[in-house]
Amino acid sequence: MTEMFAMGNYGAYVWSSFGLTAIVMLACVAQARSRQRTVYQQIETRLKAMESAE
Amino acid sequence: MWTFFHKLASPPHFYDISARFIPWFAVLGLLLIGYGTVAGLFFAPADYQQGDAFRIIYVHVPAAYLSMMAYSIMAVSAAIGLIWRMKLAHAVAAGAAPLGAWFTFLALATGSIWGRPMWGTWWEWGDPRLTSELIMLFLYFGYMALRAAIDDTTKADKASAVLALVGAVNIPIIHFSVEWWSSLHQGPTLVREGGPAIEPAMLYPLLAMIFGFTFFFGALLLARVRTEVLSREHRARWVRNMMMGESA
Repeated sequence: MTEMFAMGNYGAYVWSSFGLTAIVMLACVAQARSRQRTVYQQIETRLKAMESAE
Repeated sequence: MWTFFHKLASPPHFYDISARFIPWFAVLGLLLIGYGTVAGLFFAPADYQQGDAFRIIYVHVPAAYLSMMAYSIMAVSAAIGLIWRMKLAHAVAAGAAPLGAWFTFLALATGSIWGRPMWGTWWEWGDPRLTSELIMLFLYFGYMALRAAIDDTTKADKASAVLALVGAVNIPIIHFSVEWWSSLHQGPTLVREGGPAIEPAMLYPLLAMIFGFTFFFGALLLARVRTEVLSREHRARWVRNMMMGESA
C-alpha cells in the first residue's frame, strides 16, 4: 500500500501535481461563485433602490 | 437550425438553456476525472523511461490542452463579437479568459514539477514551448486587465477583442514549438503522425482526463458566461422579472 503511494521516489512530484490541480479546480469554482454572488447582490441592491424610489 | 442559433444568442434564452447543461457537464466531468485519476495513478503501468513520474501527464496534458482551447474560444468569440456585433459572443470571450488563465497557470506549474525530476530543472528560459505558454498567461492577464480598466462595456469588448485576436498568433506557435525548434519538451503523444504513441492502459485514463477536464471547463464556462450576461443585462426587463420572482 505504502509502495503504491510512494510512486517510486517520485511521490512528492506526482502528488503535488495532482494536489495543485485539485486546488486550482476548486479555486475556479469558488471564483465563479463569488463573482455570481457579487453580480446578484448588485442587481438586487439596484432593484430595491428602484422600488423605494417608485 | 438558424432559428435555434438566433434564439440561443438572445440573452434570456441563453440564460435559461445554459442552466440545464451545467449540472450534467459537472457530473460527467467529475465522473471522468474520478476514473482517470484512480486509473492513471494506480492502474496504468509505470513508464519504461520515466517511471511513475510520467503520471503527471494525467493532469499536465489536459490542463495544457484546455489552456489553448480556452484561448481559441476567447479569440473566436471575440472575432464573432467584432464582426457580427453579437453581445453574447463578447460575454463568452470575457468568461473564458479567467478560466484560461487558471489552466495556463496549472499547465506551467505541473510542467515545472514534472521538469524537475526529468530534465533536472524547474524552468528553462528560452525554451520555446515553455516561453510561448508563459506568454499566453501574460496575454490572459493583459486581456483581463484591459477589460477591467475600461468602464464602458462596449468599448471594453472591442479593445479586448483586438488584443485577443492579436495574441492568437501565439496559439500555433505553442502547438508547433516542439517541432519547429529544439526544446527540452517532449514531442506530441496523442496528436501525431502514426497515431498515439502510448499503450491503451496508459491511454484510456488520459482520454478520460481530457474529456473530464473539458466537461468541467464547460460547466465553469457556462456559469461564468451566465453571470457575465446577467451583469450586462441588469437593466433588462427579463432580469428584473427573474430577480423579483426569485425574491418573492
